[in-house]
Amino acid sequence: MAVAELPAHTQLVRKPRSLMSDSINRLRKNKLALGSIAVLILIVLAAIFAPYITTGDFAKQDLMANNTIPHWMLPLMPKGAEQYLRFNDDYILGADDLGRDLWTRTVYGARISLAVAIVASTVSLLVGTIYGLISGYVGGTADAVMMRIVDFLYGFPFLIVVILLQTYFKAVARRGVGGGFGQAMVAINESMGGMFFLFLAIGLVNWIGMARIARGQVLSIRRKEFVEAAKAVGAPDIRIIFRHILPNIIGPLIVVETLAIPGYIFLEAFLSFIGLGVDAPTPSWGIMISEAAPGIRTYPNQLLPPALALTITTLAFNFMGDGLRDAFDPRLKE
Amino acid sequence: MSSDNQEVLVKVKDLKMYFPITQGIVIQRHVGDIKAVDGITFNIHRGETLGLVGESGCGKSTTGRAILQLYTPTGGEVYFEGEEITGLKGEHLRKMRRRMQMIFQDPYASLNPRMTVGNIIAEPLEVHNILKRSERRDRVKELLEVVGLNPYFINRYPHEFSGGQRQRIGVARALALNPDFIVADEPISALDVSIQAQVINLLEDLQEQFGLTYLFIAHDLSVVRHISDRIAVMYLGKLVELADRHTLYDNPMHPYTQALLSAVPIPDPVIEEKRQRIILEGDVPSPQNPPKGCNFCTRCPKVFEPCYEQEPEFKEVEPGHWVACHLY
Repeated sequence: MAVAELPAHTQLVRKPRSLMSDSINRLRKNKLALGSIAVLILIVLAAIFAPYITTGDFAKQDLMANNTIPHWMLPLMPKGAEQYLRFNDDYILGADDLGRDLWTRTVYGARISLAVAIVASTVSLLVGTIYGLISGYVGGTADAVMMRIVDFLYGFPFLIVVILLQTYFKAVARRGVGGGFGQAMVAINESMGGMFFLFLAIGLVNWIGMARIARGQVLSIRRKEFVEAAKAVGAPDIRIIFRHILPNIIGPLIVVETLAIPGYIFLEAFLSFIGLGVDAPTPSWGIMISEAAPGIRTYPNQLLPPALALTITTLAFNFMGDGLRDAFDPRLKE
Repeated sequence: MSSDNQEVLVKVKDLKMYFPITQGIVIQRHVGDIKAVDGITFNIHRGETLGLVGESGCGKSTTGRAILQLYTPTGGEVYFEGEEITGLKGEHLRKMRRRMQMIFQDPYASLNPRMTVGNIIAEPLEVHNILKRSERRDRVKELLEVVGLNPYFINRYPHEFSGGQRQRIGVARALALNPDFIVADEPISALDVSIQAQVINLLEDLQEQFGLTYLFIAHDLSVVRHISDRIAVMYLGKLVELADRHTLYDNPMHPYTQALLSAVPIPDPVIEEKRQRIILEGDVPSPQNPPKGCNFCTRCPKVFEPCYEQEPEFKEVEPGHWVACHLY
């Protein structure tokens, strides 16, 4: 019954290919995605090594140099700007109206955006996947109840909740009232430069969509025969979930999450823009854009760096997400 | 082949498997049942192959899964070596699972695409904590050889194999725990005809080698005839006839079996010319609402009065030949 030993020259020498290595190969061929990843790595490195490539103090005010620009930026300025412009070549991107170095602030702003991107996506991926896994795997009444909760949260006016939360906690911070819990939250928030509430707000909402997607994926996988085979073998539920279901759904989930990251970054920028994001003087691209926007006609140079940084980062995340999608889940490609 | 003094390995008694139909969003109201399997009784002897045939949707696969307790039966009992396994839970059920395995229909869906062949076949060993980690790999290689695959394939992934090879992997997984009883759920219907024979022969060789008992579910009558010792015919959730294969093919008693067998082409042009097909009228009634009396009364060519009133009893008409029909 056993196969005869194959002669040596017919031994199959090709390396086994997992679906994962297939995906990575597909990703390697995608130039746009690779370029985006390179750009993102650069941005991450810049954020990490911010103190070494900048002045290191994003809050330092050089009031004598406020609204100055370096000479090389002159072509970017509107016609006739020479009349009012003051030049200072100490700051490569110029200084804002409070005399703070724009280069430093832009680079430090990347920290906020990346932190939001990482924390929000991790939280949403973790919570959403676990919730969706439980709901989809257990099924029945538990599933129905859990999904109705999600539906309920989905219908919540999220922005109003965030505004109320932020207003409340900012008030607590200002007046020092609000009891132990409020104070503790404010303390955490301050130690994170005002980012904690942002994470809370973004995390609160975005796991919902993830949970729905995860549940749908679980439903499609758990009816597959290999899951039944594992049951027939006597595998416990935990093993089925982690060995059989999770590895088969995680690819699409990561792709969806990556594609959602630009949304988080924009959300942070938006919240900061309307004054509900991080606290001054922590630089965020949203705050910088908001501060520079009124002077767009006279000092476009102040708007340009944060706006460009925001655009490039979100575009890079988008292209990377697209590349990951094509690599990990070719069926999703239109 | 199927003498009466043979040891009964699996005994199925009045097995029922209903799937509830519910309505409502959060609070589910029970509005009816799909009676996939509706009270079937039979024995499987040690070392034999019992073929289970019937058209699509008649409950063959459900029967197999309910016997293995992959579904919790609605009613009835299943005994394995005299011990009741219906209602077993937790550790007891896990112990029983070592003795009974399943081979699945679709070799593309039954192997986890993210696991290597080695991990797939070793999974039963891991779950039951059999053998040391290092020994498991040897055991997997041995199993690969048993099912006619090169042990070198151990680190490959399922998508690197053809359908027939995948089905062999499924067989190796089922064999890993040295089971006594294997439910083969249409193991060849998803394969090319040229590969079907290979897998059938493999299953027969393994039966001889390891003394396996099969419940072989199929709708291909010639294959069933080839591999089975005894054959059970199902219609709409019920057994209509059970006999050893020669009796069944030479002397089918139930009108449904007769119609079914008349559809099998005969590989002899002279006889094939004279073959009379019994064409059944109408469709299979819904298993949600089976007809009163005999399930087959709506389509039976030999239907008469009692068929509409009374459900025929599944009784032994000749030694070893069971039929559920009012004609006998």
